[in-house]
Amino acid sequence: MGGAPVPPAVPASLGDREMSQPRSPVAWVGASAMRGTQFMGRMVLFLGVGLGWIFLPPAKLRRSIQQVYDIGVQSLFVVFITAAFTGMVLGLQGYYTLSKFGSETLLGSAVALSLIRELGPVLTALMVTGRAGSSMAAEIGIMRISEQIDALDTMAIDPMKFLVAPRLAGSIVAVPLLTAFFDVVGIYGGYIIGVKLLGVNPGAYFGEMRSSVEMVDIIGGLIKSLCFGCIIAWVCCYMGYFAERGAAGVSRATTTAVVLSSALIFMWDYLLTSVLL
Amino acid sequence: MLSIRGLWKQFGDQLVLRGIDLDMPSGKTTAIIGRSGCGKTVLLKHCIGLLKPDRGSIYVDEQEISRLRKKELNVARRRFGMLFQSAALFDSLNVFDNVAFPLREKTTLREEEIRRRTRERLRQVDLEEMAHKYPAELSGGMKKRVGLARALVMDPAIILFDEPTTGLDPLMEHAIHRLIRDTQRQFGFTAVVVSHSIPQIFDIAHQVALMYDGQIVAQGTPEELRASAHPVVQQFLGATIEGPLVLDN
Ligand SMILES: Nc1ncnc2c1ncn2[C@@H]1O[C@H](COP(=O)(O)OP(=O)(O)O)[C@@H](O)[C@H]1O
Ligand SMILES: [Mg+2]
Repeated sequence: MGGAPVPPAVPASLGDREMSQPRSPVAWVGASAMRGTQFMGRMVLFLGVGLGWIFLPPAKLRRSIQQVYDIGVQSLFVVFITAAFTGMVLGLQGYYTLSKFGSETLLGSAVALSLIRELGPVLTALMVTGRAGSSMAAEIGIMRISEQIDALDTMAIDPMKFLVAPRLAGSIVAVPLLTAFFDVVGIYGGYIIGVKLLGVNPGAYFGEMRSSVEMVDIIGGLIKSLCFGCIIAWVCCYMGYFAERGAAGVSRATTTAVVLSSALIFMWDYLLTSVLL
Repeated sequence: MLSIRGLWKQFGDQLVLRGIDLDMPSGKTTAIIGRSGCGKTVLLKHCIGLLKPDRGSIYVDEQEISRLRKKELNVARRRFGMLFQSAALFDSLNVFDNVAFPLREKTTLREEEIRRRTRERLRQVDLEEMAHKYPAELSGGMKKRVGLARALVMDPAIILFDEPTTGLDPLMEHAIHRLIRDTQRQFGFTAVVVSHSIPQIFDIAHQVALMYDGQIVAQGTPEELRASAHPVVQQFLGATIEGPLVLDN
């Protein structure tokens, strides 16, 4: 009870303190490298566990479908606007470039190939990140700081299973669907500019498209959008899940989620393109 | 019996718990009192395995909670209920669904039975007519009561209450204390109550422990504590103004 001699303080756990107070540039580089490695390791583990829970029973079908719906509804409008204007600007730029070679009839192929292979998956993923991904990070972050995730834990309900897995599954389904929607809207945007405004032959627009777009293009775009869907939910859930305490923690988590997810989308896009080509 | 042995915990540079030893007997109510920020919540979170000790251990009966793997821990947690200081209600669910949540997720009861039990708990905390409101629409005290109903709904063997009456009006405070005491007598669960309601908490607790400076400086029955000559106890119970406790923050 009272007055017991106080034993010496416990040593700081796992060198946390050394890492936050570097003494020399070399120590700083070392500490940053270790922190970076730790961070990446935790991210990969997080993804592995999250994906694992999708396939392990019990089925989370209802919650996953709810996520498809939420992500889709949140993003549909911005995806529509982005797609329409991207298609229109492709119509303009494509026409300008192709007319230099007198091959305006190829406009349909140019628009469709750029959209299906590249712009559709990437721009859709960026829009979903900004719209649904940020709200995912904020929602989970708030659950973290308001102890709702702790509450799940105390009820022996795994938050990875309950919160993360349905979002991963939902995003992996929703992003390809939204990408398909983007592609269709974009192709019609190009059509309106190319055919209705600049007078390209409508038969040529769609005819050339049909003969030049191949199954590999569509499958390539699909693979990209599947990966992007995974990246978005992965990064945004991770950041929310490990949000630091207080409102500032959640806002930092949300910003980091959007920036990191967008950057990863671009990097992964390059990697996939170079492999798929 | 819930036992804590030599528990140490540090966050960064801040040493919060420095060697806590405490026994909380089964079927009894233990009250933990102490100043805000002294680590009472941290202590409770160790008991249910939300935090891992830097040093020391926590035993539930003969099982060492602090060393269990995730799967075993989840089995052990079925015996626990917890009311969080912030209530920790799920924002996306209304009051009724919040209370019904553990039943729906963790039992195979029929929906009728779930509804019956949920309504019964809501009635006990006097919130039947709030069943369809969302947490954002409730006052702090109402959230606490919903959290209380949720902690009780699974009829757990051990319930941890983190400041169940902070922020409630005196009438409600009295009602909640009576609810804890009566349900504890009826079901015989082990209750651990962190509280600032002094002296009211003395009427429902079988044992009181005072935390100070990361340690338990005094523990015993309410009578023993009242009679204690320890300067921190005397000052905390309001008997003396001067003493080791100072308002530094
Ligand atoms: N997860 C955490 N990370 C860092 N510090 C924490 C954490 N949880 C609690 N603390 C700190 O531990 C101390 C005790 O907190 P707490 O147990 O909540 O006090 P109280 O006795 O009021 O419940 C506080 O100073 C708090 O800032
Ligand atoms: Mg507290």
